[in-house]
Amino acid sequence: MTAQPLPDEFVPATPIDEVLLPPAIDEADRARLHATWEPVIGLVGWLKSVNHKSVGKRYICAALVFFLLGGLEAAAMRMQLSRPENTLIGPDLYNQIFTMHGTTMMFLFAVPIMTAIGIYLVPLMIGTRNVAFPRLNALGFWVYLLGGIFLYSFFFSNTGPDAGWFAYVPLSGPQYGMGKRVDVYAQMVTFTEIAALIAALEAVVTICKMRAPGMTWGRLPLFVWSQLVTAVMVMFAMSSVATASIMLGADRLIATQFFNPAEGGDVLLWQHLFWFFGHPEVYIIFIPALGMVSQIVTTFTRRPVFGYPAMVAALIATGTIGFGLWVHHMFSTSVHQLGQSYFTAASTMISIPTGVQIFCWIATLWLGRPIWRTPLLFVVGFIVVFMIGGLSGVMLASVPFDVQATDTYFVVGHLHYVLVGGAVMPLIGAFYYWYPKVTGRMMSERLGLWNFWLLFIGINVTFFPMHILGLRGMTRRIYTYQEFLGWGTLNLIATIGAVIIVAGMAVFAVNFFMSLKTGAIAGANPWGADTLEWATTSPPPPYNFVDTPVVTSREGLWAYGDEIPVVTGLHTDRPEVLITSTMTTEPAYRNELPTPTIAPLVMAIIIAGMLAAAIVTPWGVPIGSTLLLVPFYLWAWPDKAQHQRNLREQGKQDRESEAA
Amino acid sequence: MVAVAVVTYILVVGALFAVIRNRRYAADDPVSPGRHERAERSVKLAVLVVVPVLFLFLLYNFAVARNVSRMPDGPLLTIDVTGHQWWCEVAYEDPVPHNIVRTANEIHIPVGKTVMIKLASHDVIHSFWVPNLSGKKDLLPGHKDAIWIRADKPGIYRGQCAEFCGLEHAKMALFVVAESAAEFTKWIEHQREPAPTPADSLTAKGQVVFETGPCAMCHTVASTRAAATVGPDLTHVASRMTLAAGTLPNTRGNLGGWIVDPQTIKPGAKMPANSLEPKDLQALLAYLGTLK
Repeated sequence: MTAQPLPDEFVPATPIDEVLLPPAIDEADRARLHATWEPVIGLVGWLKSVNHKSVGKRYICAALVFFLLGGLEAAAMRMQLSRPENTLIGPDLYNQIFTMHGTTMMFLFAVPIMTAIGIYLVPLMIGTRNVAFPRLNALGFWVYLLGGIFLYSFFFSNTGPDAGWFAYVPLSGPQYGMGKRVDVYAQMVTFTEIAALIAALEAVVTICKMRAPGMTWGRLPLFVWSQLVTAVMVMFAMSSVATASIMLGADRLIATQFFNPAEGGDVLLWQHLFWFFGHPEVYIIFIPALGMVSQIVTTFTRRPVFGYPAMVAALIATGTIGFGLWVHHMFSTSVHQLGQSYFTAASTMISIPTGVQIFCWIATLWLGRPIWRTPLLFVVGFIVVFMIGGLSGVMLASVPFDVQATDTYFVVGHLHYVLVGGAVMPLIGAFYYWYPKVTGRMMSERLGLWNFWLLFIGINVTFFPMHILGLRGMTRRIYTYQEFLGWGTLNLIATIGAVIIVAGMAVFAVNFFMSLKTGAIAGANPWGADTLEWATTSPPPPYNFVDTPVVTSREGLWAYGDEIPVVTGLHTDRPEVLITSTMTTEPAYRNELPTPTIAPLVMAIIIAGMLAAAIVTPWGVPIGSTLLLVPFYLWAWPDKAQHQRNLREQGKQDRESEAA
Repeated sequence: MVAVAVVTYILVVGALFAVIRNRRYAADDPVSPGRHERAERSVKLAVLVVVPVLFLFLLYNFAVARNVSRMPDGPLLTIDVTGHQWWCEVAYEDPVPHNIVRTANEIHIPVGKTVMIKLASHDVIHSFWVPNLSGKKDLLPGHKDAIWIRADKPGIYRGQCAEFCGLEHAKMALFVVAESAAEFTKWIEHQREPAPTPADSLTAKGQVVFETGPCAMCHTVASTRAAATVGPDLTHVASRMTLAAGTLPNTRGNLGGWIVDPQTIKPGAKMPANSLEPKDLQALLAYLGTLK
């Protein structure tokens, strides 16, 4: 397939139900592959599924539900703040709502949806059949889902955490954080840590060992690179917050004194551990979005992205420097001035790799021939909006400015420009871009236009006034303000902007659901894109590709002629994947993946029960971990067919060696 | 700083739109090697401009930070500010113990003089912030820190707690009153005086209500039997501008409302509702009114 420009007026591509990959496979083989990779159907099959696409889709849908909930919380806050001394929401509920908003958006929406899209797309983009550890992958999803349900069931019973998503001690400690509210927060963090670490592990191993032959590091699509960098970051960052949340839980539940200054503990220890996670977290959200932008830019300019090595270096640099700036969240604490200088320098420096990426995208647009579809529109919107957040971020790196602006609405404006502009805009663009692959149908371009403009205007109307409010002294996390302060008008404007955002997202939702039924049939590669996920049907079959494609160039599909070279020889009657060497991607061996099982779900339920019980009684932990033996057994129980086959092959090998 | 940011923004977004527009016209051009080289040169140039600009920005920051944090002269006076949920305790240090002045949510300083503020917290983390006088500095339990301020113009500067500190974080303000040296001396000398002895039977009764009722459980009025330190020192409460940490103007009516039903005004505040007989309340208000 060569790079063919889309016609200016979009005409639905001819339905290509044929897998583009090799014609020389018969129907029986295909049916066998299907049965091997999705053996159980019905509800039980649904619960047992370990296919990365099923898990990925569920993950994405769950994250979208949490996005909706977090958005409703934001809307409630905007209503309360729309005028001075409003009495719609009292302080107790308001504090719960803003804590839930931050917690939901960071832990239950932004990070999970980025990894979820990775879980869905990475195996397709690197030309393999599943992730490296499919059962573990399913476990990660169930733990995440139950963690979210756990958090919200407490919130709906008025026990939502109320100490902020950053949960500073001692406010969140046993002396001041009364009841079970903060325990719920600390445990929810544990749930998401498990899920995030699992997803990270999956990404690293899958990307390192399961790339299609020929997909060397220099040919890896930038989205996959971004997932790899993110996964490595998650491993370091989540370890830090895991330590912190366990220490907090222990302080609260078993009277350790890590953070209690009266007993020799330290309140700043929490801030260091939390922000050592919390700042990289921003990049964990942002880097996958950069990967999405690079894919979209490539596809819609019909040109390999400009400066690929620089782009990869920029991703890695961002991921590395991202760990060196956490103290800029603490400039107003008693951190020494000389130490602050280091973090100012690092915070300034991190704008360079992002700048390089933006320059490279602009150069790609310059060299290519931009084709205006909704995804590309969101990319342009992303650059326009995100730049404001990036530049205000450079301003905040300055200590004298930061100590004025920190903890005010200036920072609220800044972080929303970064996260909504830098992550949500590309994310929605990515939805328009990959929706046809996942569902087999196109989203409406007309509604896409409405969606884009409403969102674009809404974001600016909501978040820009916040900068001015911050400079006029409006502090964060306040449930009300007095009239004489003069913050009313700008707050009202921000609330109006929030209404526009809601309208934009409603258009997105309508488009999302309507297109499932009425969208034009997409075909395998409606955008004429270059990466491997477009070389199979939309939606892809359970086994992704009939045969493993061989990659010949960084340009992926564009470099192929009429025929795509493949590697054959994987069994079709068992879930086998090709393992390749990490550096050269030479086929190394065939690896049989585990079959679907209910064990991950059972294990997740027991873990959830254990963590929930642990906030009431310490007995939750010993009892829960004993019960975990049950799913461990289920998990390790050999598959009958697999077992007999192994015996047969073992016997065959024995006979062969005897004969020899 | 803002100007540099705005210029950068205009340049980059301008380049983006120039590129987009440009392609409309040149859509059919094949990409010549020359174009590619031009793009490469432009990207390199952009990076070469950005890096030194950021470096200069960094040096400039260090210079400003150094200047801002250096105290211009020795402090004239030192004030201890201690954060409580949700008010600020203020104490003027003095080598002579009975000259130490204790007040709450209101700091008087002489104009043009450097004042050292020592920061501590009684409970959770708060942050001291008077935007027009200085940046934020957190009040951290277990850590001691200090900041200096100087008001160059007389006036009333509003400050607000800037670190989320729980339920009533929104209603934790303080005021810095900058006044001439003479006015300041008059103020602090007045604050050093104990509370006046009640001059009539109504205020005398009010004092009894204060000393024997729930008020004395938490508050101090110097030279009376009320000497608890849970809540703000009320020795000169009538001289303050606001009640409940900047929540209400200090009027007799507001004070009565605050005493009877603080939880409606500031839900969650540590002050409980007090059901006083109307006569007792009137006497108490009359007494508190004398604590100028």
